[in-house]
Amino acid sequence: MAEAALSASEAKTRRSPFAGNALPIAIFLLFAVVPLFAAFRAEAYVLSLVTRVMIFAIAALALDLLIGYGALVSFGHAAFIGLGAYAVGILASHGINDALISLPAALALSGLFALATGIVCLRTKGVYFIMITLAFGQMAYFTASSLAPYGGDDGLTVRMRSTFAGLPVFANDRALYYICLIALLGAYLLCRTLVASRFGRVYRGARENPLRMGTIGFDVYRFQLVAYVIAGMLGGLSGFLLANAAEFVSPAYMSWQRSGELLIMVIFGGIGTLNGAIVGAAAFLLAEEWLSGITKHWKVIFGPLLVFVALFARGGLIGVAERLRRMIRG
Amino acid sequence: MPSPTRGEGAVAAALLAETSTPVMSTTLLIVQTLNGLQLGVLLFLIAAGLTLVFGVMDFINLAHGVQYMLGAYLAVMFYGLTGNFLFALILALGATLAFGLLLEFAVFRHLYDRDHLDQVIATFGIILFLNQGVKILWGASPLSLPMPEMLSGSVVLMPGILYPVWRLVIIGSGLGVALLLYLLVSHTRVGMLVRAGATNAAMVSALGVNIRRLFMIVFGFGTMLAGFAGIMIAPILSVEPGMGDTILILAFVVIVIGGIGSIRGAFLAALIIGLVDTLGRSFSVDILRLFMAPSPARTVGPAIASMLIYLLMAVVLYVRPAGLFPAKGR
Amino acid sequence: MAEAVLRIQNLTKNFGGLRVTDDVTLDVMPGELHAVIGPNGAGKTTLINQISGLLAPDAGTIMFAGEDVTTMPVAGRAQRGLARSFQITSILPRFSVLENVALAVQARRGTSFRFFGHAADEEELNAPALAALAQVGLAERADAPAGELSHGEKRALELAIALAMEPKLLLLDEPMAGTGHDETERLVAVLRSLKGRFPMVLVEHDMTAVFALADRISVLIYGRILASGPPAQVRADPQVVTAYLGEEME
Repeated sequence: MAEAALSASEAKTRRSPFAGNALPIAIFLLFAVVPLFAAFRAEAYVLSLVTRVMIFAIAALALDLLIGYGALVSFGHAAFIGLGAYAVGILASHGINDALISLPAALALSGLFALATGIVCLRTKGVYFIMITLAFGQMAYFTASSLAPYGGDDGLTVRMRSTFAGLPVFANDRALYYICLIALLGAYLLCRTLVASRFGRVYRGARENPLRMGTIGFDVYRFQLVAYVIAGMLGGLSGFLLANAAEFVSPAYMSWQRSGELLIMVIFGGIGTLNGAIVGAAAFLLAEEWLSGITKHWKVIFGPLLVFVALFARGGLIGVAERLRRMIRG
Repeated sequence: MPSPTRGEGAVAAALLAETSTPVMSTTLLIVQTLNGLQLGVLLFLIAAGLTLVFGVMDFINLAHGVQYMLGAYLAVMFYGLTGNFLFALILALGATLAFGLLLEFAVFRHLYDRDHLDQVIATFGIILFLNQGVKILWGASPLSLPMPEMLSGSVVLMPGILYPVWRLVIIGSGLGVALLLYLLVSHTRVGMLVRAGATNAAMVSALGVNIRRLFMIVFGFGTMLAGFAGIMIAPILSVEPGMGDTILILAFVVIVIGGIGSIRGAFLAALIIGLVDTLGRSFSVDILRLFMAPSPARTVGPAIASMLIYLLMAVVLYVRPAGLFPAKGR
Repeated sequence: MAEAVLRIQNLTKNFGGLRVTDDVTLDVMPGELHAVIGPNGAGKTTLINQISGLLAPDAGTIMFAGEDVTTMPVAGRAQRGLARSFQITSILPRFSVLENVALAVQARRGTSFRFFGHAADEEELNAPALAALAQVGLAERADAPAGELSHGEKRALELAIALAMEPKLLLLDEPMAGTGHDETERLVAVLRSLKGRFPMVLVEHDMTAVFALADRISVLIYGRILASGPPAQVRADPQVVTAYLGEEME
């Protein structure tokens, strides 16, 4: 599984804050300059596409935190995105658009759901954990589908984007783009810090050998629960941004297919690397966009591609890049 | 991605639509109980193969749902060629088995040693590929399969209760298969090996059994059961791309509640879920009306009904984190 | 009369029809090294698992440092100073040797719900960790990935992790299992240097090591304590000789 897992002792040997960080720096610089190039052609399209990439990258980071560093394979992660989005949508339908209210609401809703479901889910392991996270995801999905006053199955249009203290900060597409970029950067730095902290070390140790961690004196369950809630809240953040970007919320945001797509993004990039989550989200969404432009039957190509990745591309794109780099070095 | 809006709701709605709407609630209760049994039996046919493959080979096969779908499509195709339901049934079973074995040989057998995550990704890819594939071959609109003339009527079970013969055939054949499986698993040598394999596959292999061949037999059999389920349900439901997706989730809920690797568990859990889901959907509003006003009951009722089985799974897993009858030792 | 650090009374455990722990009563006094010996299948590891909390007994009580821990979960007992090493090495292979031990230190020093800062660089944790490693002779291997250690070195690491917990009681489940002659001698020397600092329960097959270290020996046969007392007494006990030692001493 996570062959490329970032071990803190590995990170310790790289003293300079910039060494080994070439990839993320490059990624964020790239994201930063995209709008400048987009101005030359199809600006709205490119901006909206890359905004979507960044939004899902936040959710993918959260999922990598769970899968890559905690061996907690959640098949219901999309629920958190949906909950964050619905917080925005429901408040908007009642005329409340200020981010100062809807963002904390989104975080609180997704965080509480993560807490309540995490308490139950974390008592199970392995495939049972996968199934029970799926079950809770489905529950969220069906609840949203049955909310007739909020669109039910058809979803809910968000008439206007969030404001910030009354100012229409999110309204402009470019502004929204940079807000998402900053959110992604924040989420990334948060995850990096978390992983290297005392908390992160216990959490990662629990992935390697939960038995040993218990006999040292750590109540592994509590650490996993905290991580699960943090991941849930990051998903809620992603949902808040998605509701703004799409100006629409729908139960489909929480479907198990969406949860599966998030898993694919993380694996595509390379689990346990954090960088991989961002790369994977970009690769998945861009591939989907490109292929669906070629044929409406693009899934016939995408499906076998996934099979190929599962069979041969261990460690995802990051893993492949690592192997190439080692081959070039000789 | 496959549409999440149809599926369970449609399955239940279609099953409900067939029955006449009697005024008396006991009549409705009896009819819905039979419908619940029918759903349960159907779920068992699918879950049996799933739990065996999971129990013996430790392989999460998300693509099991498309085997079910393929059975239905092949039956429609062969019926178009032969005009005879029985011929179509036999040919479709054979073709489903052949295709399943092909998949096993080409893709699945390379995944038995892998992470569950890799298996999820690969089989998810197969779902995408086949869902799109049937769309290309047969178009996206739903197809239908007529049931055999002499079994297409209704029969009077009790004064005032008319019940479709075909549904009784499904219940009967499902119970028959269950009995057959029970006899095979507990009274034949192969069955004993399968049970042993579900408890400890490494040990069975170490004893010199040709584990490859055992796996193939288990897989092939499971595939045929799923295909059989698809063929039998085709005359009642519409045959369309993605029909396997929601039934797959239900089947996973069944095997998780029943305990992975246990056919007995799958049988019990399938019947429970079939009954809970069907009766829940029919009577949720009425039951809730005992506790609350009609208007909120009508919104909350269907929502709770769709979540019911997931709530059930969560409760079971909370109390028994490995299901009711786990095959592997506790 | 000093209070026993560990007091087990009438401990019983059944696996189906098999009685694996049969009415075991045992105590460990402060500073003593109490060895538990017996043939394979006698239930020694099961006993250790019940003491450390991995297995729940069917009957009986376990008192640790004056507290009833019979139903307390593993982490709780560890937090109170109950340390153990495993018969089959249980470490974190992808972490460095130092981090393996630093984690044990971390469990005792301050809260682990700290979300900022670089844990691997904390001197407050690394210094005691290095000290523990030095005691078992692994100081030079501190930065190596734990998975790359030799078998004997891993056994020593297990010991270092337990030491870093500043234990009130140390449970050692066959620390010499699979080690060669030199490694065994080294481990015996380390254990001898630790004697008296805290009480230890030593489960071992290696009789030379047992008789060199033990203050008291309890003999476990088919889940029951056959004899318990100073080494000389146990060695001479005719029942013990027939049941177990007779073959071993050959």
